[in-house]
Amino acid sequence: MESLTPMIDGFGVVLEPANLLYCLIGVVIGMLVGVLPGLGPAATIAILLPLTFSIEPVTAIIMLAGIFYGAQYGGTITSVLLRLPGEASSVVTVFDGHAMARQGRAGTALGIAAIGSFIGGTVSIVALSILAPVVAGFALDFGPPEYTALALLGILLVATVSNGGRVKAVVAACIGLLLATVGQDTFTGAERFTFGSMSLADGIDFVPVAMGVFGLGEILYNLEERAKGATAPSRVANVWPSRGDLRQSAGAIGRGSVLGFLLGILPGGGATLSSLAAYGLEKRRSKTPERFGHGAIEGVAAPETANNAASTSSFIPLLTLGIPANATMAIIFGALLIQGVTPGPQLVAEEPELFWGVVNSMYIGNILLLIMSIPLVGLFVKILRVRGTILAPITVLITLVGVYTVRNSVFDIALVIVFGLVGYLMKKYGFEPGPLVLAFVLGSLLETSLRRSLLVFDGDPTGFLTRPISGTLLVVLAVVILLPLARHLLRARRGAPDRQHEDAGT
Amino acid sequence: MTTPSAEGPGPEPAPPDAGPDTATATSTDAGAGAGADPDGGEAAEEHRPAPAGTTANLVVALVITAVGVAGAAGSWSLGLGSAAAPSAGTWPFLTSIAITCLGVALGALARRTDDAEALSPATWRIAAGVATMVGFVALISVIGFEIPSLLLALVWLRFLGRESWRLSIATSFGIVAAFYAIFVGALAIPIPHLL
Repeated sequence: MESLTPMIDGFGVVLEPANLLYCLIGVVIGMLVGVLPGLGPAATIAILLPLTFSIEPVTAIIMLAGIFYGAQYGGTITSVLLRLPGEASSVVTVFDGHAMARQGRAGTALGIAAIGSFIGGTVSIVALSILAPVVAGFALDFGPPEYTALALLGILLVATVSNGGRVKAVVAACIGLLLATVGQDTFTGAERFTFGSMSLADGIDFVPVAMGVFGLGEILYNLEERAKGATAPSRVANVWPSRGDLRQSAGAIGRGSVLGFLLGILPGGGATLSSLAAYGLEKRRSKTPERFGHGAIEGVAAPETANNAASTSSFIPLLTLGIPANATMAIIFGALLIQGVTPGPQLVAEEPELFWGVVNSMYIGNILLLIMSIPLVGLFVKILRVRGTILAPITVLITLVGVYTVRNSVFDIALVIVFGLVGYLMKKYGFEPGPLVLAFVLGSLLETSLRRSLLVFDGDPTGFLTRPISGTLLVVLAVVILLPLARHLLRARRGAPDRQHEDAGT
Repeated sequence: MTTPSAEGPGPEPAPPDAGPDTATATSTDAGAGAGADPDGGEAAEEHRPAPAGTTANLVVALVITAVGVAGAAGSWSLGLGSAAAPSAGTWPFLTSIAITCLGVALGALARRTDDAEALSPATWRIAAGVATMVGFVALISVIGFEIPSLLLALVWLRFLGRESWRLSIATSFGIVAAFYAIFVGALAIPIPHLL
């Protein structure tokens, strides 16, 4: 913190024409992805991974980050106009946003969402700039035991907070860990689960896994015609919210920014959770909670602010600890690794231009998004008319050809198809693909640090508990495992009436 | 991730710090929203296949358990080592055991599982989609990417997307031309190609 120079130099990095261009490309793609139902940000970033290998690491991450937070802006548009959330994090915006649209106030809803997103994003970037170097400095002393605990906690939190059944999410995570062991063992050189295949000797590449499970899996899942096409209104008027609207939502935006920032840092938190929490908070604080669900402007402002703040702050664990907080971050983590950059506490000190370049690019990205969301919103509304049936074959071919370009390998095309099928089946049978990819990415870090720690401790697992940081993390881990179990048992004892709720809620 | 259900059975995570209220509040709202909006015709209807039956859930649990057992057997043959001297098989063995146990747990919960979907008539579409991709990868080394891409696009547009013949054919050719221009022309990627 003593020197602001690296941060200011970061702006120099952002203002390089190439970086500005890719920032623009990223946010435009993100906005499009948010608008077009069908592919989420994780899927899109996965599909575009091959594109990033030919460009500089900073530029690549600036673009991928732009897609990620851009999608939060875009997702609002479909929620408000079509009652069809483009992103999971915009689900709650549907309640009041669409109600406002039906009252002819669609423009106002979109406008306040864009302003809220901008403020939430910006507050979060400032907090990120202050907090990240501190966290990184603290984490510099982490050794293998701390990383073992941290990786385990990260994977488990993501698994337990994700949608769908907890047990299934943990299964997905364990399978991800198992997949990560394929290939040569780094310690002994033994070949593991390669079945004698030359192509598997180096292990399974991250790109086909991410592209398959997220990208193809999602395309196949959508093939089952879950969402019927909807027609968008052709124009939206009055995007600038009135003074009264702004005054009414100011508090919601402020609280949403803080809440979103805090929840975004938590592993497994992120945009979806924070938008739900912010909506709940506003409704509870409101003197007139009955307005919620019938076009309350705070009900749009709060979740939209929070999901943007959270998507920004979820970069903190990735950039400072090297632990991705959610599935999209796991893909960005993979992208960094392939670029030869290992995210972790050293990143701020060793690669200041990357760290500050990416962080500062978010200011620019948010400004670009504000411009696109308010004056240009009509343009994106028109794009809603593009049919998913035409986009699907294009995305499939981009995936198949794209994965080939990474290593010029036909085997990788086969692999991406296999993982596409796996991703589809997982979604079909209620397994979130996020924990699998996250665990796959963290798998080798986890195994290596576990084995190193065991060697250090001479095989005594209590060694983990005697070190203060890893001990604390493991206690948190135990709480995360035991708390839901205890709650489950408690409710089971209270009787069956809650049964249905509990099933839906856990 | 992208077909989030505003009112489907899709379980939303309960925000931890907002108390148990929020989860119920939001789900009630979702219900109220749907109720207050009977003319949802303009909105896209979520259209989910029926939940899978107990048999399907048992099969899923069985597959998971089998993966765990196979993993454990494979790790066994790699050597389990010990805590003081972990070997190549130690870690995969631990994860495989975890998978096996969780698979058994899923089997025990099979009757109560409601987050899986049954196979529906629409499932053939998936099979067709995967078949086009398998065809693509089988043919690409033999005859290059152009014809497989054209066929894949055509099948997806005409049969899976139910677009008109005219539009399907025109779009397929357009896509292949664009891919050729980008990947072979501009980026000079050594992807197998005919021309």
